[in-house]
Amino acid sequence: MKQKKLALIVLVAVATSIGGFLLASDHIDAPAVKNQTTDITDLYVFNGSDTNNLVFVANTQGLLAPSATAAAAFDPNTLIQFNIDNNGDNVEDLVIQAIYADGKMNFYGPVKPSTTGIRSKLEGDIIGSVAVTAYGAGSPVTYTTGSGIMVFAGPRDDPFFFDLDQYHAIIAGKATGFNNPGKDAFAGTNVMSVVVEVPKKLLNSTGKINVWLTTKKKES
Amino acid sequence: MEKHYTVKFIAVSVLLTLGVIGCSKNNNHNPSPTPTIYYDQADQVGRPAINTVFIPASGKDSFNTTSPSQMPSIFTNDMKTSLMSLNPGYTTNLLGLTADQFISVLSTDVLNASTTGVTSFYNGTQVLTGRTLSDDVIDVELTLLFGGPDGSANPGLTSDHVNGNDKTFLTSFPYEASPW
Repeated sequence: MKQKKLALIVLVAVATSIGGFLLASDHIDAPAVKNQTTDITDLYVFNGSDTNNLVFVANTQGLLAPSATAAAAFDPNTLIQFNIDNNGDNVEDLVIQAIYADGKMNFYGPVKPSTTGIRSKLEGDIIGSVAVTAYGAGSPVTYTTGSGIMVFAGPRDDPFFFDLDQYHAIIAGKATGFNNPGKDAFAGTNVMSVVVEVPKKLLNSTGKINVWLTTKKKES
Repeated sequence: MEKHYTVKFIAVSVLLTLGVIGCSKNNNHNPSPTPTIYYDQADQVGRPAINTVFIPASGKDSFNTTSPSQMPSIFTNDMKTSLMSLNPGYTTNLLGLTADQFISVLSTDVLNASTTGVTSFYNGTQVLTGRTLSDDVIDVELTLLFGGPDGSANPGLTSDHVNGNDKTFLTSFPYEASPW
């Protein structure tokens, strides 16, 4: 009995060390970003309805209940940046940047950054700005630049879906498999979203790009 | 005498005016330099759930502030340990990747995307050519983790049986559904 209990404790400890912050896609993935405006939930990259364009979606500040969404806001000290490698070395050749100021999201790029890596500055001039769509607005506010880049910023339904609770139960040794049907732990929750649709010709691509999304905090 | 004073007055006035203009010109052309504002990395994601699933708790913050090109040398061992802990029976997966090969793909956490074809995380034909809003990335990852060489192993672990979002996406920009 005692031995069995010890084995269970060891199993749970191992599971916790692997899955202690195993909360979802990238939602609340690490201690330093938990409940911060820098917390990324997901990155999406897909063809636009016009397949000459590629769409980049940055979702942040996940698991917002509807009652918390009106008060959720973008942070003027958080830089949201899409990093694009177009020559296969996994170093950014282009960046698309979004930063909030005075009710608007300002966009920069796609532009070759003057520095690469974990420390960034705003690159070049603002290419366009869009008013952040208010919670409860009838339709999303969008803006299209002269070069055909479309931008949006505001609260949206979290498009991510996963039976997270059952996964936790499995990792914790309390269940041996998923249920059918499963239960989407992200149903009814919102994220703060930035969406940019870019003509592919602006990406200098030979067919394949590598993309990663970063959030960066203004140095104090 | 009076004339002399007048000339002097004019000369002083001109000098003063020039001085004022000089000063204002100086201010316009040489403003005190605005310091460049820098931003330091806090969070990062390429493919879904890599940090959450494969990186041990002690490394999660560090993973978020490591550039993708630097990740393999730092995180490969931890990620392989996590893979073999989650699925001690791992041999190869549906993509034919051994544990080392699978981790070598995952350890550089970037989302690969095609700029010429269909964009999909995995649709049976396209593998890692993007990620659409409706892609069931969790089932793909569970299958690659637990499903064995043909995806049929551990059937209770290869799908969470949540197959789509709880709201319909828009067909045009910005594509995501309105908030709840």
